[in-house]
Amino acid sequence: MKLRQWILALIALLFRRGPSEPPAEPAEEPSPNGGRGATEPDPETGRLVPPGPPDRGAENLVLGFLCLAVIAAVGFIVVYAVYRAGRIPNALLGICLGVSAASIGGALTIVAKRLVVTEELEEDYPTTEPEAQLDVARIVHESGSRITRKRMLLGAGAAAGGALATAALTPVLSLGPFWDTAPLEETPWYRGRRIVDEYGKPIAAANVDQGTFYSGFAEGAHPDDIGSYLIIVRLDPAKIHLPPGRSGWTPRGILAYSKICTHAGCAIELYRKPTFPVVEPEPAFVCPCHYSTFNPADGAQVIYGPAGRPLPQLPLMIDADGNLRAAGNFSARVGPSWWGVRFRPTTE
Amino acid sequence: MRRLAQVLAVAFACLAGAGPALAQPPSGIVRPTQEPGHATVELGRELYAGNCASCHGIAGRGISRPRPGAGDLMGMGPSLRGVGAQAPDFYLRTGYMPLGDPHEQPYGNRVLFSGKEIKSLVAYVASLGRGPSIPHPDPSAGSLSEGQHLFTENCAGCHQLEARGGFVTGARVPPLQNVKAVRIAEAVRIGPYLMPKFPRSEISNSELNSIIRYIETTNHPDNKGGWSIGNLGPIPEGLVAWWIAIPLVLLGCLAVSRRMRKE
Repeated sequence: MKLRQWILALIALLFRRGPSEPPAEPAEEPSPNGGRGATEPDPETGRLVPPGPPDRGAENLVLGFLCLAVIAAVGFIVVYAVYRAGRIPNALLGICLGVSAASIGGALTIVAKRLVVTEELEEDYPTTEPEAQLDVARIVHESGSRITRKRMLLGAGAAAGGALATAALTPVLSLGPFWDTAPLEETPWYRGRRIVDEYGKPIAAANVDQGTFYSGFAEGAHPDDIGSYLIIVRLDPAKIHLPPGRSGWTPRGILAYSKICTHAGCAIELYRKPTFPVVEPEPAFVCPCHYSTFNPADGAQVIYGPAGRPLPQLPLMIDADGNLRAAGNFSARVGPSWWGVRFRPTTE
Repeated sequence: MRRLAQVLAVAFACLAGAGPALAQPPSGIVRPTQEPGHATVELGRELYAGNCASCHGIAGRGISRPRPGAGDLMGMGPSLRGVGAQAPDFYLRTGYMPLGDPHEQPYGNRVLFSGKEIKSLVAYVASLGRGPSIPHPDPSAGSLSEGQHLFTENCAGCHQLEARGGFVTGARVPPLQNVKAVRIAEAVRIGPYLMPKFPRSEISNSELNSIIRYIETTNHPDNKGGWSIGNLGPIPEGLVAWWIAIPLVLLGCLAVSRRMRKE
């Protein structure tokens, strides 16, 4: 019940009437000068707001913060450039962005607290009085006049903002490849490459049962290579209706698809298998991340969920020893469609 | 718009899933007028004729085309020849069967048959054709770490890491807390409803022992502290963060700003 006490304390803090609240004022009388109240110009200077003394120390502090913001943002870009994809220390990136944003925040706080001339009004700003609104505009305008190095500060602010924006946009470079898309087509599969299980043992076609699913890998492929992963099932050949041009891809009704979901790149780890297909949903691969559902019988077309295209299919053949081998490369590109990055194996 | 429709569909499926738990035959169980004092294949045959044959067909042959069954339902059911003792033992002792409507997902339910009747039915169905017998798992012989590894790899996708169950498209996934070891072993081998079956070539009996041992530890997961939120994983944790933690932080900010304004 500690939580309840906390919530109660918070509500009390929020809605209690503080003792410091000024007593309610007597009913206001209409002001003789049309509600202008305290906003009467100084007869000597013609200003509404008295000029603030220049504050070089605060200005220097602001400049320092803005410089720190620029340095941190550049640091982000440097970290991003120095480390290789997949090995960038996220903590370092986060610290750089955080310091940069926090420094800009600090600079703005100091500007607001120490450099902008403030004027306390006893009444709320009237919204219906055009004259009073002009006063407000003047107050805002004159408030900036405490700053002595306006252009320098503006320049530093622009540099800090620009550096931070550039840093935030840097990761765009990881999208792609833009021009050379050949790496996207590369997979470890070619005609004759043997399919092995997680222990590196070849998968015998005779051991592939209906009603369950198997994971397969390209023999000798690097475990980082997402092109290697397969999901293998066996269906009744009479129920398989593949797109044209894929005849002979499924010896004995065994089908192999890329295990990487075409939506966000998760491993498809669910196989739903009807015990009694007459009344139960058809067999399907289901991605555990966002429930994209693919029908293995018709070339893994999407039947539900956010995936945008079917799973790439791998043509199969059975070798003289009765083991499964690839009969070619995938029918389409492997991997998520919105996410062009693929980790290529670091060592072959 | 499509995305919204999908979200609504999932939400609706979650709500609709709450109903069929009561989907047992409205007519109740038909029993022979004089039950013998002990389990017999003959009693099993009589019970089968009265309670199962409307969907599973005469002598377990199965019915794959709709035809009038019990009540106004269209009786359809898979053949029971060759399922052995394993499947009827699982389906009857979990209350999955008898099922009121063949279009509904069988789900853990009140067991309607007595122990003697279940034994009789199991013996009768097993006599219809050669098939697997009831397994005898021994979780104490399993390795907990191997079990966790295998469960994560093979089961957690649907049943969640802490075996709390969940959803796949088209079905509810039951939680596995306080499920008997034999039931788990049977389910792994049979693959009830949409679950894939895992033959011995994929999960050996000793691996199965390990998996069951891991599942048994999820009855009392060792929490690292804090609010476990049902041990359901990142989605409820995210919900708590968005709907409880962030509003609290915002309320805190409001409170602080109010106090500052007053001072």
